[in-house]
This record gives sequence, C-alpha cells and structure tokens, in this order.
Amino acid sequence: MTQIPAPTFEWLELAPVLVVLVAACVGILLEALLRRESRFLAQIVVAEVGLLAALVFAVANWREGRIGSLAMGSVSLDGPAYLSWTALLVFGLLALSVFAERNLNDGASSFVASAASIPGSRHEREASAAGHEHSEVFPLALFSLAGMMVFTASGDLLTMFVALEVMSLPLYLLSGLARQRRLLSHESALKYFLLGSFASAFFLFGMALLYGYAGSFDIAALNQAVSAPLLGRGFLYAGMGLLAVGLLFKIGVVPFQSWVPDVYTGAPTPVTGFMAICTKLAALVGLARVFFVALGGERWTWQPVLAVLAVLTMAVGVVLALTQTDIKRLLAYSAISHAGFLLTAVVGAYQEVGSGQVNSFGAIAFYLIAYGFSTIAAFAVVTMVRNESGEATRLSDWAGLAKRNPWLASAFAVLLLSFAGIPLTGGFIGKWAVFASAWAGGFEWLAITGVAFSLVAAYFYLKVIVAMFFLEPAEGVEVGRASAFTIAPIAVGVAATVYLGLFPGPVMDLIAAAQVFAR
Amino acid sequence: MFWLTCLGLIPLVGAAAMCLPLKGAAKPVGLAFSLATLAMAGVVAGLYFNGSLPAGTADWIPQFGVQWAVSLDGMGLVMVLLTAILTPAVLIAEWDTAERVGRWPVNAYLGLVLLLESLCLYVFMADDVLLFYLLFEATLLPMYFLIGGFGQTRRAYAAMKFLLFGLAGGLVMLVSVIGVYVWSVDATGQPTYYLPDLISLPDSPQFGWLLMICFLIAFILKAPMVPVHTWLPTAAEAATPGTSTLMVGVMDKIGTFGMIKICLALFPTESKAIAPVMIGLALLSILYGALAAIGSPNLLRLVAYTSVSHFGFMVLGIYTFTEVGTSGAIFYMVNHGFSTAALFAVLGFLVKRRGSAKVADYGGVQTVAPVLSGLLLLAGLSSLALPGMSSFVSEFMVMAGAWSQFWWVAAIAALGTVLAAVYILLMYQRTMTGPVAETVKQTVTSDLGARERAVAGVLVAFILVLGFFPNLALGVVEPVAAQTTLLVGGK
Repeated sequence: MTQIPAPTFEWLELAPVLVVLVAACVGILLEALLRRESRFLAQIVVAEVGLLAALVFAVANWREGRIGSLAMGSVSLDGPAYLSWTALLVFGLLALSVFAERNLNDGASSFVASAASIPGSRHEREASAAGHEHSEVFPLALFSLAGMMVFTASGDLLTMFVALEVMSLPLYLLSGLARQRRLLSHESALKYFLLGSFASAFFLFGMALLYGYAGSFDIAALNQAVSAPLLGRGFLYAGMGLLAVGLLFKIGVVPFQSWVPDVYTGAPTPVTGFMAICTKLAALVGLARVFFVALGGERWTWQPVLAVLAVLTMAVGVVLALTQTDIKRLLAYSAISHAGFLLTAVVGAYQEVGSGQVNSFGAIAFYLIAYGFSTIAAFAVVTMVRNESGEATRLSDWAGLAKRNPWLASAFAVLLLSFAGIPLTGGFIGKWAVFASAWAGGFEWLAITGVAFSLVAAYFYLKVIVAMFFLEPAEGVEVGRASAFTIAPIAVGVAATVYLGLFPGPVMDLIAAAQVFAR
Repeated sequence: MFWLTCLGLIPLVGAAAMCLPLKGAAKPVGLAFSLATLAMAGVVAGLYFNGSLPAGTADWIPQFGVQWAVSLDGMGLVMVLLTAILTPAVLIAEWDTAERVGRWPVNAYLGLVLLLESLCLYVFMADDVLLFYLLFEATLLPMYFLIGGFGQTRRAYAAMKFLLFGLAGGLVMLVSVIGVYVWSVDATGQPTYYLPDLISLPDSPQFGWLLMICFLIAFILKAPMVPVHTWLPTAAEAATPGTSTLMVGVMDKIGTFGMIKICLALFPTESKAIAPVMIGLALLSILYGALAAIGSPNLLRLVAYTSVSHFGFMVLGIYTFTEVGTSGAIFYMVNHGFSTAALFAVLGFLVKRRGSAKVADYGGVQTVAPVLSGLLLLAGLSSLALPGMSSFVSEFMVMAGAWSQFWWVAAIAALGTVLAAVYILLMYQRTMTGPVAETVKQTVTSDLGARERAVAGVLVAFILVLGFFPNLALGVVEPVAAQTTLLVGGK
C-alpha cells in the first residue's frame, strides 16, 4: 500500500504571499463593515501596510536564505523568486500610491463612481454627484499582486495556471473602472478579458499536452523528461508552443500584442502603470522559468522561434509608436518594443557565467527593475497633465509643458531618456545587459538588430521631449496640483532611474547572487 | 585619480549649483566655476609635467568589468587644457546671449555649458571603454538642449538632427561596446573594459573587424566627415556661436580622439587595412568642405564647412601611421579648437550687431568696426594656415606625414590649403571691405567692447604663441604619437 504523505505547508517562507492575501481579504471585509466615507482611507492604509509587511517578510526570509521547494513542490522559492517578489512588492507599493490620488479629480479618485451603471446614464451621474467611489480597487490589486508573486515562484504548471488566473481576473476588472472615457474603458476591459481567456485556454491546453509527454506537471520533472530521449516528442513541441502563446500574450509579444494599446489607453492610468510593469515582470519571470528550466533541454528548438518573434515585436512596437499622437498609446507601443528588447535576452539563454557575472535572467531582471521604476513614474506623470475634461493625453496637449512646470517636464524627460536607453539612466544599463547576454548566448545578429531598433525608438521619445521643451504651450492644459500620493512615486521613480544608471553595481550584485533558478 | 576626478567634478558641481535660484549672481558664479576648472586644469598639467599624476581605477560595475578609470596622456592633456580654456572664453563671449534670446533663463545656459564641460573633460580622461561610451553619449544631451533652447530659427529641427546623428553614432558604437564584453569574456573568461587590458588581448578575427568598423562609424559621424557631415552646418547655423564653438572645437574632437585612442590602439591590423578608405574619405572631406565653404551664403555655415575640411586633415594625419602625421593631427585638434573659437567669437559679435548671418547682408564693416575686422582677419588667417599661425605647423606636419607615404595624397590635400585661402579671403572681402552697406551703417554702430576684445584677443594670442613656439604642445603630444605609431607598426 502506498502511503499518502501528510501535506506540508511552510507558513513562514510563504508569509509574503499570505500577508498580501490577508490584506486583500481584510480589504473586502472593510467594504462591508465601514461607512462609505471612511472606506477609501482605510483601504489605502490596509493595502500599503500589507504590502510593507509582506516586503519586510520577503526581505527577512531572503536574508535568512530560506529557499527550497515549498507547499508539496508547488512553490519553488529560489533566487529569481525572491528577486521578483521584492520587485513586485516595491512596485506594488508605488503603484497603489498612485491609485490613492484624489486631488486631481476635485476630491475623487481616478476610478468610476459606479462601475455597474451604464456609461452616461442618470444613475451614473447621480453616483458621481454623491461622491461614491470604488474603493475595492485596492483589494483587487492586492489579489492580482499575490497571483503574480505565486506565478513567478511556481514549482509546477498547475500552480502556474491558477496563479495566472488569480493575477489576471482582477486586472480585467480594474481595466474597466476608468472615471473618464467610460466606453473606452469598458471596451478595453472586454477585449482584455476575451483575449486573455483565449490565452489562458492555450496555456491550459499546452499544459495538458506537456503532461501527456512527461507525465508530470512538475517543472523539475519536465526538465528531466525533456532531456531524456522519450518518444512522442510531438506532444512536447505542441505543448511548448501552446504554453508559449499563453505566456507571450501576457508579455505583449507580437503576434499577441493587439490588446496592449487598447487596454493601456482605456484602463485608468494608475492601473495602466501597475499592470504595465507588474504583469510584464511576472510573465517574463514565468517565461524564463518555463523555458530555461523546464524546457531548457529543447533550447535549440525554441530559440529561433523566439528570436523571430523578438524581431517582430521590436519592429511592430517601434514602427507603430512612431505614428502615435496619444501619449498613453505611445507608451503602450513603447511597452511592446520593450517586450521585444527583453525577449532578446530570453533568446540568448546565456547561462554559464563566471561568479559575480550576470546571466540572461539577471539581465532581464535588471532591465525590468529599471523599466518598472520609470514606467510607474511615467504613468503617474500622465495623470497630472490635465484639461477641463480630465487627463490631457494628446501629444499636442503636452507642447510647452516645460514652460508650465519645468520640474515635471524634466522628470518626464529623464524617464523618456531611460526608455530610449540613453546612457546615465537605468534604461541604458538594462538594454546593454540584455543585448550583451543575447550576443554572449550566440545571437550576435539579434543584439545588432536590437540596437538598430533602439535608434528608431529614440526618435519618438525625443519627439515628446521636443514638444515639451521647444514648442509653445498648448491652450487649456494645466498641470494638476497632485498630492504626495502621486508626487512620491514620481520622485522615487526618477531618483531610481538615475541611481540605477549611475550606480548599477549594488543592484547587479544582488541580482548576480540570486539569478539562478532552482532545478 | 583624485586630481583628475576633481577636475571634472568642479564644473559638474557648478552645473548643479545652477539649479539654485541665484538670480543675478548666476553669471559670475558660473564663470567662477569655469575659471576654477581652468585653474585645476593648470594644477593637473603641473602634476603631469612633474610626473606625479598617477592613473587610477576603482570598481564601478564589477559584474561587467567596468571601472572608473581615468588617466591622462599627452593627447588627453592638451584636449583637457583646450576644453578648460575654451569654456570660460565662451561664457565671457556670450555674456548676454541668454538674456537676448530670452527664452530660457540664463542659469539653464550656464548649467548646460558647465555640464557639457564636465562630460567632455571626463571623456578625454576616460580609460575604460564603457565609461568613454557613456560620456560620449551623454555629451549629446546638454548640447541638444543648448541648440534647441538658445538657438535661432529652425532650432528644434537642428537640435533633432544633431541628436539623431549623434545617437546613430552612439548606438552603432553600442554594438562595439557590447562586443567588447563578449570578446573579453571569450578571451579571458572575465569581462573587462579597461583599455590597457584590452590592448593586451590577442587579435581576434571573429570580433576585430566588426568592432573596429562600428567604433569607426561612430567616430566618423562625430568628427563629421563627408558624407555624414550634414548635421554640422545645420546645427552651427541654428546654434549660438558659443555653442558652436564648444560643439566643433571640443565635442567633435572626441571623434578624432577616439580614432587614435580606441580604433588604432585596439585594432591595429584592421585599422591598417582600412586606411585607404579613411584617407579617401579624408581627402573628400578636405575638398568638399572647402568647396562648400566657398559657396556658403551664411557665415556660420561657412565656418562649419571649413571645420569639415579641417577634420579631413586631422583624419588624414592619423591614418598615415607616421609619427609626424599623428603628432600633426593631435596638434591640429588643438589649433583648430582655437582658430574656430576665434572665428565663431568674432562672427558672433558681428552677427549680434547686424542680426543676420548672411554674407550678402554685409559690406565694408572694416570702416565702422576696424578692431572687429582686424581680429576676424587674424582668426581667418589662422584658419587658412598662414605661416606664423599655429595651424600652419600642424597642417605642414600632416602633409609631411602624408607625403612620406603617398606623395599624391599630399598633393591633393594641398589643394585644400589653396581653397582655404579662397574661402577665407573671399569671405573677408565680401563682408569687411568695399563700401559700407547702408544696413551695416545703421546696425554696426560700435566696434568691439573691452569684454569682446579680451576674449578674441586671448584666443588669437594662443594661436600666435603656439604658432611661434609649437614645441610647447608638440613636446607633449609626440610621445603619444610615437606610441600609437609603434602599436600600428608604422614609421
């Protein structure tokens, strides 16, 4: 008789995720228990304190070196997992702070007063006039964040799928909650949901086929099965492809990028900032874990395919960004191009490095950290430039911003320069690291192609800088008087961007020590 | 290392200080910082001649083998001194420019100039390829804002064109910079960007050509050579003359500087193989730049085109692989800095009075402003390399170097010297001599003031002193030329 082992659960090691989940649940309870007026403030406190506590747990565990396979092998807590958890929690703290801004909309948040009512209806106007607001956004974001954390540390594909759903469902909802341009917001939520469900289905199907091949969902077991000369490799290739579709969709890689511009534009801007980095980070770490660890033995098969996709992604992101006239869409296409740049390092799959050097995953991690600070701050800046109907997102509205507010314009210029990969910003170091690891992994042509696309990309970032600094100010646009909830993330983002550009050493050290996946 | 780091830090602190609300004190404070830098450069030069200027390194990004490595050789020293001298000269020459343009506050102007000075100083000191690259790219930004913020008509276009050309060069160079990482890891297992380490790496046919070509393209774009020079006339026309001085006099020298310090030193074999192409491009630049200068209807564009021609001479000197040619090229870099600065300064004073840079808008200026036209003539004669002027020595040395390799190359280059006489004297004749134009009479009501005379006078004095005593500079640069020539295996 086979013995059924008693389930084990490592509470302390998993505390960071649990704390975030508990905070989210407390948030839900607060919705039911508290009066409407006091909810918003309470939610902010619960969310930020929860994230801070989780961060403390994560850092403490990391320092103690608590790594290993947890929760019956479904969570694999290793260096990359700790890196991602810390980054996700820090980005969560910053992004949720932008959620909390209420000075820019005459005392209301960026979120709709009554999500369930028809846009433009009497009911919506009444709710708006009564000052209602959806403070559930905080628990929703926390649930999503917890999903992302588990996703980056999944030890098997099943956990990964559950985490994928946990992180995605709240995001679909959050996308539809914008206060202004309700219909666009609805459209974006619906698009994201439909396409996202398709992608999840692909992921699920791929998982099933891989199970058919390896007889296990476990990533370590898959690794062994892939390296062994088993029969039925058709299952493997089909499963690998379908799984990749699900993951690449979340990153926004061509040809699965079509949702990105619409969702980034339609979602409330604070949410855009949140998902632009956190989703991308989680999905890329997941992709790296699956392809480097589980499917590492098949790298000769997937490298060429991903290389072609990387080139396409860079091309589509960069070329279409050239023609954009809306700042949010521009940043969305820029996000697509960044997905392409990041993918070059995945393709390189450069693993064998000397001690203290950075491998492919390390390069990706650094890129994402630098990109994350810049992205959250950039979308926070977008919330501050306003006309009478709300956020002024047309590029022509941004003309002459330096005359109205030189500090904000300079901050945004730094962020754009970082996106463009100009030296002395974190963006440059990231780009340099990913291209270096692509080249070192044997994809010299891909690194050179990436550099070429970087030049084209520089043009549209510079276009914004030219508009802000060298053109006459646009009529009817002003810089809103934001509270510290928005200013602080911008300040932190800009400072981190410059710091990572000037002194990348300490962060690189941290990454170099934690960049190897558990196998 | 301490002294060198401090040298670049002074203008950087000055640039940061310009963020404070200094109001009326901004200009004196800015000038004080640039003069302090000059004093520090003097100290560094003293230490250099004393032999007590140690090179130093400190880990910066150890994961990629990047170091904060600064040192000075003879070539670096003369470029550092040139930068330290030209910056205060520009600030004094353009004392009231920012107010006159009136678009951005004056501390923005001072801050950007000081930031540019700091970055340029560090570029000339950098001993680490990545550090060099970072600074090389970073210099673009203050220059971009100087053109776009304080320039004249078409400034946004000119700034964008400048930056895109600059970034194109920078990103091409990024390929090489990434390649250096892979190359050093391949060769030794440890990444390094430290130049002396890289020089000792074995030749690699796999990397050599690609890396050399990418570095070279970046430097060709920087030291504008035909056919990728087009950004320079556009930028010089739109920018203030002081900005153009820093752009042509200091920044663009990074191109020729890099050819010697990086291309020749790291890739001697490949550099030798590509020399015919480079000599061809150099001759093309010399002749095309001179002809375009003759035909230029705009004074500032004219000076820009003369610079294209002069950069041709520098590159010619470098790629002859002779000691005399390389010394001449390095000395040319300094002389060209002074003579262009003098030309831009005097023309700037003139353009400010008349409000136009068109050659056709002038005539007979020497009657109403004799000092101005006299100084313009001196600066112009320096540009056409008249004996007695410092540029004569360097041009002669480049020719001598070229002659010893291929006599016909020197013969073609000599045409450039003849054309130089045409463009300078023709320009002088059209604008300064003849009957006084009515508009000139109304607008050019005063000759140069004391401040303007001082700046132009000092610059011309440098030209004359170096013309009569070239060994002051040649003694410093000759060891570098000898070492480079040895590395490449020339004579």
